[in-house]
Amino acid sequence: MDIESPEKLIELLDRHAYLADEGLATAAFLALRMGRPLFLEGEAGVGKTELAKTLAALLKAPLIRLQCYEGLDAAQALYDWDFARQLLHLKAAEAAGITDVSRLEGEIYDRRFLIARPLLKAIETQPSVLLVDEIDRADDEFEAFLLEVLSDFTISIPELGTVRARTPPVVVVTSNRTREVHDALKRRCLYHWLEHPDFDREVAILLRRLPGCTETLAMQVARAAERLRQADLVKPPGVAETLDWTEALLTLGAKELDPGRAAATLGAALKYREDVAAVIGNGLLSHG
Amino acid sequence: MDELAATMTGFARTLRAAGVAADHERTQNLLRALDHLDVCDPGEVYWAGRLTLCAGPDDLPRYDRCFAAYFGGRKAALQRTATTSVTRHLAERQGDGGTGDDDGTPAAATASRIEVLRHRDVARLTEAERAEVHRMMALLKGGRARRRSRRFESAHRGDLDQRRTIRDALRKGEVARLRHRRHTTRPRTVVMFVDVSGSMAPYAETLLRFAHALVRSEPRATRVYSAGTRLTPITAELRHRDPGTALNEVSKVIPDWSGGTRLGEELKEYLARFSARGAIVLIASDGWERGDPELLGTQLARLARQAYRVIWVNPHKGYADYQPLTGGMRAALPYLDDLVAGHSLAAFEQLSERLAHA
Repeated sequence: MDIESPEKLIELLDRHAYLADEGLATAAFLALRMGRPLFLEGEAGVGKTELAKTLAALLKAPLIRLQCYEGLDAAQALYDWDFARQLLHLKAAEAAGITDVSRLEGEIYDRRFLIARPLLKAIETQPSVLLVDEIDRADDEFEAFLLEVLSDFTISIPELGTVRARTPPVVVVTSNRTREVHDALKRRCLYHWLEHPDFDREVAILLRRLPGCTETLAMQVARAAERLRQADLVKPPGVAETLDWTEALLTLGAKELDPGRAAATLGAALKYREDVAAVIGNGLLSHG
Repeated sequence: MDELAATMTGFARTLRAAGVAADHERTQNLLRALDHLDVCDPGEVYWAGRLTLCAGPDDLPRYDRCFAAYFGGRKAALQRTATTSVTRHLAERQGDGGTGDDDGTPAAATASRIEVLRHRDVARLTEAERAEVHRMMALLKGGRARRRSRRFESAHRGDLDQRRTIRDALRKGEVARLRHRRHTTRPRTVVMFVDVSGSMAPYAETLLRFAHALVRSEPRATRVYSAGTRLTPITAELRHRDPGTALNEVSKVIPDWSGGTRLGEELKEYLARFSARGAIVLIASDGWERGDPELLGTQLARLARQAYRVIWVNPHKGYADYQPLTGGMRAALPYLDDLVAGHSLAAFEQLSERLAHA
């Protein structure tokens, strides 16, 4: 698909109900054009993961997701051998009286016994969108390893040879910045810091994503969300949460954000008991 | 170099002067990005630069300032920021004359029995007593907490080593036995900053001797910097087997003995050039910060995100009535995993013990 400018990409993303501003659109545009990973950093819930999903939808490419966690290692990210099937194959060979070691070896390290994990899968799938989600949760050693894979999009498997991507996947790396990520990795990527949307954009997002939502309700929720984000909470609501909250209000048949319904549905926006208590205690919901 | 490349290189240089790590590779990325964009559109140039030259949210306000100044045609104002670090060093030299190596209050103690010495403040010892303590220091058992490495070794128990089991089976023609493996370990890196400013003078030698013991016990997993008005790496000098020689070498490379402390600036410089990822960071200082305490706070916040543990060693912590009230100490406190004493042999023994089990 040929996307000629960042403006065109804004339009295409909009068709998939993702409202991007100029900065994010330029970032994604350059990532597509330059074949470089896009490193998205920002607080939880600003729409980092959602962008990867939307890019996959508009490029009509499968989304391959690598969720990072502490202790994630190469076998879980790249590939693994199917040990059980390999053993079965050996047993069968043994029963059949096959003793030729080099033949057995060739059979056992065949592609069909290889389990592709997300990185290998992304390199083998054309086209694809690879989402490396929450890289800040993985160990720092993993970053060096990831950098290697993202630099030349090849994976070498000692028993099989090198697998190379014909066209590199579109890569989106996200971080919530709970930990600083290696500069070498960031340098390889286009770096974008994603903010919570401003008031107008958030209203637009609510209206775009929730067809039954009235403009009044969208504006009231967006204003409330703005206040909540300034209120020093453990976990301020992201766009994902305001969407959930509005949806909850709509389900109750709300046309406006009245304090009673707001309090009843607050759990959709705030995920910590102490946050809910603080917000209700400080009267932050009474809209003005 | 064509005009666009020259302009952009100049812009990157301006950013570097303002503290953004816009290195050569990033500048090249910017030029590549501009191939795909409209260079006559300030908005697109703005984003191309921001996406390729910045590396964190802290960079963004600086980027905005530089962009406005550079492309607004006010280059001169920005170049001045490049010289501030030089003038700062010069200004610093004049301040705080320093109190010398010894505070001149020799204790009246005659007993050189180690048990007594162990708990005494090294700043209040006689030369002879201090020498005794320093000899003991060289004997500190330098244990070091270990971290799991990504490598495996074969073991009798642990996870199934599938590859080795299959290889074995291939060789023997049958699955004779299961093989196991486990992760190997390696020592955690310790990064130590030793404040050599005037107010720390009575403790500097003892701290450096402690650093020497650390380096000797784990030469490849210890990095030491002296901090005062500037950051000086001294690990190589501390590698000498003999503590006396090592300290002599160190004294030759430290340019700023007994000046003031600008720990905030120095940690910033450290973080810009090196990384304390996964390390135990030791900061040995009394927290008499002459720079901006707020800067110290933000740098420690960054350091704390990278490091495994941040431990502040303060000589005054050894006293029961000590309160962390100096500006530097107060700014640092929220980001520390621990604040420990560093005034006596016993305190250093405890610290050493901590490093073995951190």
